[in-house]
Amino acid sequence: MFRYLVRRILWALLLFLIITFVTFVIFFMAPQDPARAQCGGDQASRACLELATEKLGLDKPIYIQYKNFLKTLVVDHSLGYSYATRASLNEAIMEDARVTASLVIGGAVLWMLIALSVGVYSALRPRSLVDRAAMVFVLVGVSAHPVWIGLIFSYFFGVKWGITPIANYANFFGAPPDSGLPGGPWQWFYHMILPWATFAILFAALYVRMIRANVMETLNEDFVRTARAKGAPERRVLFSHVLRNAMLPVVTMLGMDIGVALGGAIFTESVYQLPGLGREAVGAIAAQDLATLQAIVVFSTIAILFFNLVVDVLYAWIDPRIRLS
Amino acid sequence: MATTDVATRSEEFTPAGDELLVVQDVKKYFPITRGIIFQKAIGSVKAVDGVSFGIKQGETLGIVGESGCGKSTLARCIVRLLDSTDGSITFEGRDITKLSRMQMRPIRREMTMIFQDPYASLNPRKRVGFIIGEPLEVHKLGTPAEVKTRVQELLEVVGLNPEHYNRFPHEFSGGQRQRIGVARALAVNPKLIVCDEPVSALDVSVQAQILNLLKDLQDDFGLTYVFIAHDLNVVRHISDRVLVMYLGKIAEVADRDTLYREPKHPYTGALLSAVPIANPELGRQREPIVLEGDVPSPVNPPSGCRFHPRCPRFVEGHCDVEDPPLYPFGAGHVAACHYPLERWPMKADEMRRASGSSREPTPA
Amino acid sequence: MALLEVKDLRTSFKTEDGVVKAVDGVSFSVEKGQTLGIVGESGCGKSVTCLTIMGLNAKRNTVSSGEALWKGKNLLTAKQRELREIRGDEMSMIFQDPMTSLNPVHSIGKQLVEAVQLHRDVTSRVARARALELLKAVGIPKAEARIDDYPHQFSGGMRQRVMIAMALINDPDLLIADEPTTALDVTTQAQILSLMKRLQQDFGSAIIFITHDLGVIAETADDVLVMYAAKVVEQANVSDLFNRPQHPYTWGLMGSLPRLEADMERLVQIPGQPPSLLRPPRGCRFHPRCPYVMNICRETEPELESTQHDPAHLQRCHLDEETKEREARKLLEATLAEAG
Repeated sequence: MFRYLVRRILWALLLFLIITFVTFVIFFMAPQDPARAQCGGDQASRACLELATEKLGLDKPIYIQYKNFLKTLVVDHSLGYSYATRASLNEAIMEDARVTASLVIGGAVLWMLIALSVGVYSALRPRSLVDRAAMVFVLVGVSAHPVWIGLIFSYFFGVKWGITPIANYANFFGAPPDSGLPGGPWQWFYHMILPWATFAILFAALYVRMIRANVMETLNEDFVRTARAKGAPERRVLFSHVLRNAMLPVVTMLGMDIGVALGGAIFTESVYQLPGLGREAVGAIAAQDLATLQAIVVFSTIAILFFNLVVDVLYAWIDPRIRLS
Repeated sequence: MATTDVATRSEEFTPAGDELLVVQDVKKYFPITRGIIFQKAIGSVKAVDGVSFGIKQGETLGIVGESGCGKSTLARCIVRLLDSTDGSITFEGRDITKLSRMQMRPIRREMTMIFQDPYASLNPRKRVGFIIGEPLEVHKLGTPAEVKTRVQELLEVVGLNPEHYNRFPHEFSGGQRQRIGVARALAVNPKLIVCDEPVSALDVSVQAQILNLLKDLQDDFGLTYVFIAHDLNVVRHISDRVLVMYLGKIAEVADRDTLYREPKHPYTGALLSAVPIANPELGRQREPIVLEGDVPSPVNPPSGCRFHPRCPRFVEGHCDVEDPPLYPFGAGHVAACHYPLERWPMKADEMRRASGSSREPTPA
Repeated sequence: MALLEVKDLRTSFKTEDGVVKAVDGVSFSVEKGQTLGIVGESGCGKSVTCLTIMGLNAKRNTVSSGEALWKGKNLLTAKQRELREIRGDEMSMIFQDPMTSLNPVHSIGKQLVEAVQLHRDVTSRVARARALELLKAVGIPKAEARIDDYPHQFSGGMRQRVMIAMALINDPDLLIADEPTTALDVTTQAQILSLMKRLQQDFGSAIIFITHDLGVIAETADDVLVMYAAKVVEQANVSDLFNRPQHPYTWGLMGSLPRLEADMERLVQIPGQPPSLLRPPRGCRFHPRCPYVMNICRETEPELESTQHDPAHLQRCHLDEETKEREARKLLEATLAEAG
């Protein structure tokens, strides 16, 4: 178990180095001069350019630059500064990450609730009405684009029936005073309903299908027959014997999907104008703000690696074959 | 090697010279790797650990042993589906362990293989005609028309309808699929066929069909078989000589009747006594020599004789220290045991007493 | 009253290709402490018979009829709750593949304790003590240390011992063993068979022993059913069956068996394959493969009838008694040729 964890962590570190290095190389090889961007584009003065080049370390070879970047990251815990606004990226990214995390974590809870109940029910009663309806839902969920779903939801729930707001984010801990923005837990929840629903539909569809298949497969396992032969009631068979085994691959997928989504649920954030990482990334591309993009990549890499690690630990906890190997 | 006075070690096996296949001190180790990012070998699974024997033309050598004894690995080394780690395999006087892929090609026509699982060993997307004809095409033996005629001939030889040429494997039952496997192995007119548990997956009545078929083919085409199985009844039925393996090593080799009537190795004895007899009167008199525990791991095989932790005749200070060589018992009968059985049948406690074993009797 | 009395049991599965009659009119009874062997090749219905009695077939596509009277109560019409109370308590089952029959994510101790607590209102501590007792009884070395281990840490033979411990933990009256040694090596099989014999003496359970291995049947069963294509073709006590087999299929099975104790240059082979149960042959189901086939066999299905020498020896064949006796003797001589 210990060896397994150490191995996983070392792998995560190695991957982190590789991914950041590759993005670093790609961004700083791009035919664009960060110094010029910082000095106001085409009208940049020579002096300003020289100063900026030196300050940003652009005159140094790339491996030195990478080393400096790592050093800032590890020693100063800093993601650097935006080229466009010169603001500290730490704060900006944290601000955005809060929004994205609200969306993704809430969405994940929603999609797992849907997928577990519908998936398990479908597996227990294949070809029933619910199962067939679920298959239609899966088809729609997988094929429909989130932007399209978002627009439909906004139109009906927001505009036509006026049940929910259709845009903006409300801070869970209250909006800054005098900002005139909504805040507090209730407003947060109220504003997130549609984004969650939109974001969760695709994943719910994928997970219904996966959970249904896994549960059906596990129901046919010999040890399930053994449990029934012992006289275990169906409820116990399902919860104690089937689900734990059927959830193993689901846990893996869930960890990866959450990690990836934290890198930016671009479409959902755009439709509902949520100031999350996805929108920040879109903005940074438009503004040619490489530093911000790099920071977002670093952040999402860390998120993905972190959630993969969580999955590994969970997996070992659920499956003794890994824990004890 | 029949009657030497000195104990003959397995690696000193001397072939008589007229064998079709001579396997000499063959070893197959699978490395075990461990490491956090970079893998390094920290040990090895000694699946086959120094096995020597020879087979004469037209003979059937049965190889018997329990799961994990290395019999299937040995089979794969013989036909070079696996490369052996050490030792030599001489087929018609030529060591094939060192041959390149190209040099192996003509030899693959001379020795073929039949596999255990008739479901898994046939490509489900190919027609039977293609499956059987493929070896002919690979070796460029005939025009498409000739191949087709030959395949239909083969189907008839193995007792299938030649008109089923265009069917897919799933349209056949288990027994018929194994016939297809036999036809494929026969297609190139081999001299040697290595059969790896060819009937273990089949029902008794179908098993008898395949065993009879293999015997008939041997008579008709003068085939030589290496026949691997865990079922002692089946091995006895088909073999001329039998080799018993335990944990990658030879425990005993003898011609069939000698091995089944006068086994010398306690493991052979235990195996024979464990076979249920399909006769209520005889069967219920049978007192199996129940071995303790399970087969140990081939990663860290026991010291001395590999069978010593489970052997009823175990003598401390000898069996666990000195690896027994293959002692000769006349007429090519050899057994790797310091305290060979004096007679047969023997009961478990007789076995113990006769050798002055240091092992206490334990109930099953 | 018999412990278990099965009358005209029929089970069919709906499949995409049609209805498969997997068990077609099977009757037998099991007395207290008796061992009934059911022998036949794959697909003959021997396992389905027992799964039907246990109520373990998938409900969705299965239809069963007939009676399975357990101490007088018909299991086929019993409520799920009543069945659950019997299963694992009065009647338990072990299966062929010990590698997949235990849940990989629970320790064996937990699985054994579950078996106790499903039927007995006892504390975990009491249940665990019982589990330990059974693990010792089935010969798990260092049971105290191993009770919290997981299935993957045991070998196949040891897992089958755990399965047996689990089946016997509530002192059942009947143990159904479905090919319990088929997946095991021969020396492990010997261990498990001698364990089962000893435990039967200690626990006094009746056993239904399902196997395709005539050797195992000969050594363990008191009475034997031979099944072919979803029907019983012969039923007798074990020594009668092996000494005076009365059905051509039974002859075929015995003759096709390679033996340690006899030399047979050529095995008797039953030609062809077992029939599809979607469209079983008319008349006697064995007629397409039977070397003694007569015209009547193609048209009329024989009844399962008593033989003249013993009313308890039942067989399903049109051949005359004289031919049967002659063939049985011939077979016996062949297989005993070099015995001893």
